[in-house]
Amino acid sequence: MANEGLDKAVSGEYALGFEIDIETEIVPPGLDENTIKFISNKKEEPEWMLELRLKALKKWETMTEPHWAKLDYTPIDYQSISYYAAPKEQLDSLDEVDPKILEAYEKLGISLEEQKQLAGVKVAVDAVIDSVSVKTTYSAELEKHGVIFCSISEAIRDYPELIKKYMFSVVPMADNYFAALNSAVFTDGTFVYIPKGVRCPMELSTYFRINATNTGQFERTLIVADEGSYVSYNEGCSAPTRDEHQLHAAVVELIILKDAEIKYSTIQNWYPGDENGKGGIYNFVTKRAICEGDNSKVSWTQVETGSAITWKYPSCILKGDNSVGEFYSVAVTTLAQQADTGTKMIHIGKNTKSTIISKGISAMKGQNTYRGLVKINASAVGARNYSECDSLLIGSKCGAHTFPYLESKDTQGQVEHEATTSKISDEQLFYLRQRGITEEDAVSMIVHGFCKQVFSQLPMEYAVEAKALLELTLEGSVG
Amino acid sequence: MSTVMKIENLEAKIGDKKILKGLNLELEAGKVHAIMGPNGAGKSTLSKTIVGHYDVEVLGGDITYKGKSIVDMDAEERALEGIFLSFQHPVEIPGVNNAYFLRTALNAKRKHEGKEALNAAEFLRLMKSHLEMLGMKSDMISRSLNEGFSGGEKKRNEILQMLILEPEVIILDEIDSGLDIDALRAVSEGINKMKDGKRTFLVITHYSRILDYIEPDYIHVLKDGKVIKTAGPELVAQLEEHGYDAIEEE
Ligand SMILES: Nc1ncnc2c1ncn2[C@@H]1O[C@H](COP(=O)(O)OP(=O)(O)OP(=O)(O)O)[C@@H](O)[C@H]1O
Ligand SMILES: [Mg+2]
Repeated sequence: MANEGLDKAVSGEYALGFEIDIETEIVPPGLDENTIKFISNKKEEPEWMLELRLKALKKWETMTEPHWAKLDYTPIDYQSISYYAAPKEQLDSLDEVDPKILEAYEKLGISLEEQKQLAGVKVAVDAVIDSVSVKTTYSAELEKHGVIFCSISEAIRDYPELIKKYMFSVVPMADNYFAALNSAVFTDGTFVYIPKGVRCPMELSTYFRINATNTGQFERTLIVADEGSYVSYNEGCSAPTRDEHQLHAAVVELIILKDAEIKYSTIQNWYPGDENGKGGIYNFVTKRAICEGDNSKVSWTQVETGSAITWKYPSCILKGDNSVGEFYSVAVTTLAQQADTGTKMIHIGKNTKSTIISKGISAMKGQNTYRGLVKINASAVGARNYSECDSLLIGSKCGAHTFPYLESKDTQGQVEHEATTSKISDEQLFYLRQRGITEEDAVSMIVHGFCKQVFSQLPMEYAVEAKALLELTLEGSVG
Repeated sequence: MSTVMKIENLEAKIGDKKILKGLNLELEAGKVHAIMGPNGAGKSTLSKTIVGHYDVEVLGGDITYKGKSIVDMDAEERALEGIFLSFQHPVEIPGVNNAYFLRTALNAKRKHEGKEALNAAEFLRLMKSHLEMLGMKSDMISRSLNEGFSGGEKKRNEILQMLILEPEVIILDEIDSGLDIDALRAVSEGINKMKDGKRTFLVITHYSRILDYIEPDYIHVLKDGKVIKTAGPELVAQLEEHGYDAIEEE
């Protein structure tokens, strides 16, 4: 009985599918050297950056699209995509931001007001629409602490030494097909540098939005936490409802030096397409962190509810002794969504420790795959890993798959892996309904319970957002 | 007398097995009704049928609550209308915060009754006062619903829900099983606190101990899918002495 109502309950409508009506400058579809030159020129980049981009393009042209993931999709025609779109006017200060954009962000729940204070915590926001960064708030206050928080385009112009040193250092230019593509065409993204010993005084956030039709979004994020520093960084994403697929291929590199820590949280809510697989974002993302120094720590927390296709494996290279890598993930696939996601934990330093908590939720025709690698090198004496991969199935047409890989050269390494697959039981649903809670509310309550370990890792206000988003994804069409 | 619930000729099955075989029972408003009967007689099935459990298929007969048939009503609607079942085996729901669950349930009911929702602080105050009365630890606020609760803690938590939701017809399926002496007293006190001359109780039990505390008005004997005898509290002693086999169908 109980599961009949569920399909209806989980076909949540996409709430962020509106289009922002602003004038956009867009380049014609196609990708060749001229496209790259155009982008580089638009960004007023130095010559060395252009050369790196062209090198990446050359490499990309020799590579082939990978198909080892458990994902089924129509091939992408890279020549039919437009690689640059931007709101027409250049924006210098918040006052000059088109009120329509501000309104749009308000609709998205992102307020760009400088005064924004949530739960006593200041949140600095960098908002990226299509290919350009709209506005970075709080820059001045951050500057006081020596924190650099700006668009990657600005960083290339203003901090070339840092960029030259760190960009491509974690994710090499030709690391994989999508990373190479990104290296050639990346349009915007965020750069963060936290100086030695500084605890970043506020949460940093970037909000990505694909708005223009038929464009791809290729952002690049680079965060460097210098010795003894700390930063918590959050990204959120959305896109309008469209019939065609749109490509999003991002690269994120994190560098964590001695005694430093980065907490990186993502709420990914790109447009998922419809229940027949029409439309939706193809999300191919390379995220990697290197714990370069001793006692450094990185944690990836992701809540993935959107996109038609998700291909994403935020990874940690634990190079410094005693460094710690964590991965907390909730991936939801409903409608006809497919996600192949997980993490890689590469243990190199002594006494390195990693934790993987992955929660996959599948409903309707959703397919959810966890793919994870724990690699313990011979040098990683005393390394430890704990992995827990749980899948929750709602209904009978969806699927969950788990592929944990382990390579261990250190025989003393401690590796623990637990995996469970469960269904929301009729017994649980009935218990809640007997207390007067509707079936939809009961489902979302049980789902939240399932995700609790991950949500508790998010900063407070984002946990609230994630919870609301999950509710929307799983029950938007009801009531 | 005024009847709050009337069960007439109820026939019901679970899977292929017919369990309730023409059961009749009238619940008098404001009274405490005890149901006793041998294992497998159909007591839990009766309580499940009243609350609309998905396992049970009603084959015939009717259940009316305040004059209206409820057999086609959704489970949550029956609950919102004031019918509460304390489960014989409460299910565990990992990760769902006990207080959050209870507040959601209470606010669903308040909304149904056109009342304002309680905020987290107001609710917490309410919950704490009941916890104390039931001798429950304050970590019950933040623990996951029934997860890892001991048998007795689960039963106390059911009573806590009853106290907070303030239902009108309260079915307690073996609330006393597996309770230690203190827990039995606490649970009984909880039940007695709810007795206000308007609420009606249907208490399923195998033991006279709890009945000593809560003083039932009627004893019904359920055997092989039917109520075969209804009498006053004096029947308990007789049952304890002679067993169910000695009872003749009326
Ligand atoms: N889900 C089920 N599937 C098959 N048979 C069931 C199911 N639930 C109950 N039954 C059967 O129905 C009969 C009545 O069960 P019920 O649980 O109502 O008895 P009870 O009177 O509550 O017994 P007890 O005193 O042991 O709790 C039993 O024979 C039981 O095995
Ligand atoms: Mg029973």
